[in-house]
Amino acid sequence: MEPILRTDRLRVEYPPSRRGDPPKVAVKDLSLEVRQGEVFGFLGPNGAGKTTTMSVLLGFLAPTAGEAYLFGVNVRNPIARQRIGYLPELTYYYRFLTAEEILRFYARLFGLNGVEAERRIDRLLKLVELEHARNRQLKHYSKGMQQRVGLAQALINDPDLLILDEPTSGLDPLGRMKVREIIQRLKQEGKTVFFSSHELGEVETVCDRVAIVHQGELKVVGRVDELVRTHQANLEQVFLKIIGYPTCLAA
Amino acid sequence: MRTLLALAWVVIKELYRRKDFYVLFVLTALITLVLGSVNFFEDTLMVRYLREVTLLLIWVSALVIAVVTAARQIPAERESRTIFPLLAKPVTRGQVVLGKFLGVWLASGLALALFYGFYLVVGAWKAASGSLALGLQAFWLHWMMLAVVVALAILGSLLFSAPSVNSTICFVVVTGILLLAGHLNTLAAAQPGPGGALMYGLYFALPHLELFDVRDLMIHEHPPVPLGPLVIATLYAAVYAALLLVAAWWVFRRKPLST
Repeated sequence: MEPILRTDRLRVEYPPSRRGDPPKVAVKDLSLEVRQGEVFGFLGPNGAGKTTTMSVLLGFLAPTAGEAYLFGVNVRNPIARQRIGYLPELTYYYRFLTAEEILRFYARLFGLNGVEAERRIDRLLKLVELEHARNRQLKHYSKGMQQRVGLAQALINDPDLLILDEPTSGLDPLGRMKVREIIQRLKQEGKTVFFSSHELGEVETVCDRVAIVHQGELKVVGRVDELVRTHQANLEQVFLKIIGYPTCLAA
Repeated sequence: MRTLLALAWVVIKELYRRKDFYVLFVLTALITLVLGSVNFFEDTLMVRYLREVTLLLIWVSALVIAVVTAARQIPAERESRTIFPLLAKPVTRGQVVLGKFLGVWLASGLALALFYGFYLVVGAWKAASGSLALGLQAFWLHWMMLAVVVALAILGSLLFSAPSVNSTICFVVVTGILLLAGHLNTLAAAQPGPGGALMYGLYFALPHLELFDVRDLMIHEHPPVPLGPLVIATLYAAVYAALLLVAAWWVFRRKPLST
């Protein structure tokens, strides 16, 4: 069965800041597969190459070498993004639009119109509990509300794969719980979720498998329960050990 | 097409909700109304002068709206990072360029329609507007010229980092073309050697925006332009706008976007 998400020896280099310096390698020959119905955690410290990898998957960056595929379609082809939903780390939406307008706009980009689009907008605004503020411009929203609009827009096309970049970053405990609930619900619906997070407790709770990257290299990939059992430690301790902080592990 | 219209709709919605756009719009409409309505002097020369001033005002205002709006579209998307959720949808960078172009061009067309509408209606009321057919042709040609200007500003927005720099360069280039492009061949003929060759090159390469300017015909109440030249001018603008948009797409598709 074709994996939903696949990277094949993916390499991303950034040009050096000074002439004569070597290029900065952000991702080193990353090969990864995410299968249908999985909740997959993509972990690593800051600067590990997570966001760069996501940028390639979403077509923001072209890889220096290697390839990436979504649903078997090369990510260079925009059709690869037809069945995905993406939630960025921070809320990047048109502040002059209302929640309803922004969802309608994104629905149109997926070719949804009329009754179907309106039905989905109503359902999603209810899901993220923003029905009461649907006609308010986003500039009047709190950060948590904007993040919920983000989640709604990521689901507007009823995606089979969700790519979430630190979805709970900056949210209060209630907001985090809500995001976790939505991820669990999507998993029950058979959707695939690929997300990065620094909240390892949360990752341990919701993920089936995780990959840990460090300095652009894939260090480990496997089932959460197996990693925890093999290392006789919780996921946070496993993570710290893999990226080279044994003192913390000992503590 | 649906994607392009959706992208254009966001551009128009933003303009509609931006207060600075309203200020320019209302101010120019008011001045147009005042200048276009004055035939108080009963002097043909004065009426012509006022028509000239009014039309110049329309040209300057439309140029400002088109350039400033087009120049900030893609940089604003990048700065506010709204480009990321947008490109994460099945939308190509070419569609982004075309959608932005369409939105700004339609918005400029709406502004122009209002300006020329004021000019023609108030002018007709005061018996100072001249031919309605020529007025409509002037609007059409002006709008076609703005297609080239908007495409130029969108290309500039991908080449220059700051919208203010891009806007300034666009104003200088467009004003330079309007004032000088028609005379470049004469200048080239008078100058031998590489300088002359360069001027000839520019004469044939630059879009001759001055061809879209029929203000003098309106001021001096000439008959409307025949259909043939009108169609050729429309195609001429379409070709230049398309070339500039292809260049913009080519630059944009090579630009890495770092989150």
